[in-house]
Amino acid sequence: MDIVLNIKDLKTFFFTREGVAKAVNGVNLCLERSKILGLVGESGCGKSVTALSILRIVPHPGKIVSGEIFLNDVDLLKLSMEEMRQIRGNRISMIFQEPMVSLNPAFTIGNQLIEALRVHRRVTKAEARNLAIEMLRMVEIPAPERRIKEFPHQLSGGMRQRAMIAEALLLKPEILIADEPTTALDVTIQAQVLDIMYRLTQEMKTAIILITHNLGLVAEWAQYVVVLYASKVMEEGPVEAIFENAKHPYTQGLLRSIPTPTQGRRQNSEKLHEIKGVVPSLYDVPRGCTFHPRCLSCKAICSQEEPPWVTISPGHRLACWLFV
Amino acid sequence: MAWKRFMEHRIGMIGLTVILFNLFLAFAAPWIATQDPLKIEPKNIASPPSKANFFGTDGLGRDIFSRVIYGSRISLIVSLLSVLAAMVPGVILGSMAGYFGRWVDIIIMRFMDAVMSFPAILLAIGIIAVRGGSLYNVVIALSVVYTPVFYRITRGSVLSLKEKAFVEAAMASGNTPSTIIARHILPNCMAPIIVQITVSLAYAIIAEASLSFLGLGAPPPAPSWGNILSDARDFMMDAPWMTVFPGIAITLSVVGFNMFGDALRDVLDPRLK
Repeated sequence: MDIVLNIKDLKTFFFTREGVAKAVNGVNLCLERSKILGLVGESGCGKSVTALSILRIVPHPGKIVSGEIFLNDVDLLKLSMEEMRQIRGNRISMIFQEPMVSLNPAFTIGNQLIEALRVHRRVTKAEARNLAIEMLRMVEIPAPERRIKEFPHQLSGGMRQRAMIAEALLLKPEILIADEPTTALDVTIQAQVLDIMYRLTQEMKTAIILITHNLGLVAEWAQYVVVLYASKVMEEGPVEAIFENAKHPYTQGLLRSIPTPTQGRRQNSEKLHEIKGVVPSLYDVPRGCTFHPRCLSCKAICSQEEPPWVTISPGHRLACWLFV
Repeated sequence: MAWKRFMEHRIGMIGLTVILFNLFLAFAAPWIATQDPLKIEPKNIASPPSKANFFGTDGLGRDIFSRVIYGSRISLIVSLLSVLAAMVPGVILGSMAGYFGRWVDIIIMRFMDAVMSFPAILLAIGIIAVRGGSLYNVVIALSVVYTPVFYRITRGSVLSLKEKAFVEAAMASGNTPSTIIARHILPNCMAPIIVQITVSLAYAIIAEASLSFLGLGAPPPAPSWGNILSDARDFMMDAPWMTVFPGIAITLSVVGFNMFGDALRDVLDPRLK
């Protein structure tokens, strides 16, 4: 296996006036070169904070408390701020949730691409401009020579997200973190955008961390899935194993919550499944298995002790007392 | 685009015209003034407006028209310089405080609070009392007084812009804090700063006139709107033209800058439309 990113026991806490919010609490991740890893979970389960931790741009009062993040053989958490800055946007890029506001409204698309390039590479403005046009053509923006002179507000949502992808892949990073890259887009454009992203990363051998709560996307694009719940990994494994043979009650619940177009329309179809209860407050995480208050198969031990890791099949692991 | 909307803003255009007229007078003073503003004519004391002296003469027989024209130079230069000298540190400190937050913010904020806790004019008088009365010191005093205004405005806009996704994206692509501030944050908070500049210019003109009126500004023979008024004080009842014309000059330029500033606010701030 050719592993580009290896996160070991990452803990990122937010030290607020109300107490310590454990946003990421002992997350392990392993990312293979040119593969797509789907990071799924409900809102507030620590997906985005994991991403920000990798780039070490967790906003105050958040702090990475412990853990290791290896990019190839280098522990990112041991680098100086300057060394880390060299990696951001260069070897690890990120695409943010909202393409509408992720581009600077005060500058043209071209200007922003050129600047992004010149932060890390010594190229002339003319060379940078050509590379930017080239990249915009690769993300299938029509007439890039004209678009490069336009401001973000003159582009459509899908176009803007493609411009963001162009900016993120401009430096051929080893890792692309895509934080809900298509949430704000039309369903028809979603597929287009992901298709472009997939093709380009395959060419560049870039690995993707696809952060989403859309399980459909993950099933279609990812090779490996990590399910997060309340700052912890519940289950992880190859995409087939998770979608066809999910063992963890939470993963099973998630999979049953996917709506289908016919749901509730036909006479015999059941109502959309929901996982009863709410996500626990990060200030007051339940003892034992964090999922036990909402779990239908909860046992006595679940509320007492944290479940150990159990391997079901190669690569498919989960933390649940039911399988110990 | 903004310019087009500004053209349609009638009050803004009036303000702009007044400002341009004012600037023209200041630049062309030597050609417009009919007499030497410093020339004393003992035989022609306190004469009312006439063909020879459009605005009449003052208590020493000096031509008020020429003095008011020349006075616009001092008013404009002092107010422009002091607003510029207030804006630069105010914007720099404000963006640092807003961007870095925490202890940087706390330290700068305390300092600005201290400056703001004094009434503006009193603080300026205090600074001039320590440093002595000269135009140079008026500029220093006014810039100290107006720095917190720019600081507060910049800090506020930076705080809200810092939360924007494109700033986060800029961080994620490896920009240095100074690049992020200069390239991504400041260009997006120019609108409130520009508006504040024009409004501050109006205040600075009044402040300069007040200080000169109190004898703390331009040293006496030099004409400034404030000391023309001050010289005229004793003759106000008998020779009203001595106070009326410099008064009109001050009022006009202040109203001009305020109208211009309000129009800019309307044009640049989409929320107020």
